[in-house]
Amino acid sequence: MTTPPSPTAAAPESLLAAPDQASQSAITAEIVAAHAEAERRVAAGEQLPTTMYDFPAYRSSILRHPTKNPRLVDPETIELLSPAFGQRDVAAIESDLTLQHTGEPLGERMTVEGRLLDSWGRPLRNQLVEIWQANAAGRYIHQRDQHPAPLDPNFTGAGRAITDDDGRYRFTTIKPGPYPWRNHVNAWRPAHIHFSIFGSSFTQRIITQMYFPSDPLFALDPIYNSIRSQKDRERLIGVYDHNLTSPEFSMGYRFDIVVDGPDATWFEPEEEN
Amino acid sequence: MSAVPPRTHTPTPGQTVGPFFAFGLQYPDMNQVVHPHSPGSLVLGGTITDGNGAAIPDALVEIWQADSDGSIPRARGACRRDGHTFTGFGRAFTTDEGRYEFWTRDPGAEPGKAPFFAVIVYARGLPNKLHTRAYLPEDEAALAADPLLAGLAPDERATLIASRTPEGGLHFDIRLQGEKETVFLAY
Ligand SMILES: [Fe+2]
Repeated sequence: MTTPPSPTAAAPESLLAAPDQASQSAITAEIVAAHAEAERRVAAGEQLPTTMYDFPAYRSSILRHPTKNPRLVDPETIELLSPAFGQRDVAAIESDLTLQHTGEPLGERMTVEGRLLDSWGRPLRNQLVEIWQANAAGRYIHQRDQHPAPLDPNFTGAGRAITDDDGRYRFTTIKPGPYPWRNHVNAWRPAHIHFSIFGSSFTQRIITQMYFPSDPLFALDPIYNSIRSQKDRERLIGVYDHNLTSPEFSMGYRFDIVVDGPDATWFEPEEEN
Repeated sequence: MSAVPPRTHTPTPGQTVGPFFAFGLQYPDMNQVVHPHSPGSLVLGGTITDGNGAAIPDALVEIWQADSDGSIPRARGACRRDGHTFTGFGRAFTTDEGRYEFWTRDPGAEPGKAPFFAVIVYARGLPNKLHTRAYLPEDEAALAADPLLAGLAPDERATLIASRTPEGGLHFDIRLQGEKETVFLAY
């Protein structure tokens, strides 16, 4: 069964489907070969980004990734600071995605908690964390999501939080389901929550995805595997933490986030924000 | 200044923003760094294109800037605007035609330096964020003295300098790939 495209869709659905529609085994072979090639180049002394911009198994990246290496530049003052956020920017209820409607959403209730740290392990306080995700059935509320799984009238799937003095954030939500996409035939994304994070320097800004332990789709997914090394991919997997599980209420996951940044971010900005 | 100690923590890798970010990242007046038509306000806009020159309808741009006097905003509230505080941050999604637009005002800079907007681009199909800068076109002496621009070939340099529109706005296209590919930055 397919759902007809919504008349209010922001862009043609055809834009989202890769033209060649390769098989999963072909895509998996491309992923394995790309990782091996990256490893060979790094062993030969080349510097490659942790997340590969040029990763053709992710078909829509083919025309959208830069072909030149980024220009290394000394950050100016504006780039070493970042927009200031505080509790005034976010309402407390925005961090509980299960309370945004009149009824309770369906699915496995979970909390995700973690600390936002810089490259020296220092907590980043008063920073904005934004998340968005599919519902328990793997369906996004976004109008262009055509996956014929049910929407949940009690779940939107977007949340915001501000980190506390310890750099900590915490969300209550529903575990998202895996969902199909049109990168290749029978392509499914492993379950994930999208995270958007500000650091104390604009250079530290990061948008990423948190995954769940032992997902059978990891080896098959071109987006997860656009990160070339296994160690770095594993940094995106939330850790099940029984101490964060609330008795008779919710499962708990820990997901700490470390922002990158040039050495210049070691020096504290003059004013404390 | 003392030496920077070795880093102890490995950064979390970035990922694509994916196709369905709009409902997660939008907030009211997010592309209004200043109130439209307030004194000194202007439109900063442009088109984001791919390696075929096709518009990208599912990209996201963020800007972060000094105020016109060169001061760096430290006021909170970029995510919940009060209509008058200058927070220096804005976010815009591209339209079906690949166009993004901000209401803002010219950034300033420290004396002798070239003013610019710090820019980050994200898109479906782009595996990670990209940093760049959009410089104001007017101060030729400061542009000539800028360490980044000085190291670029003329065609690369041109990708980082916005053009002034007849209405006083700023036009800044971003090309992710191909001819006249925008110069992206690493720090
Ligand atoms: Fe997603």
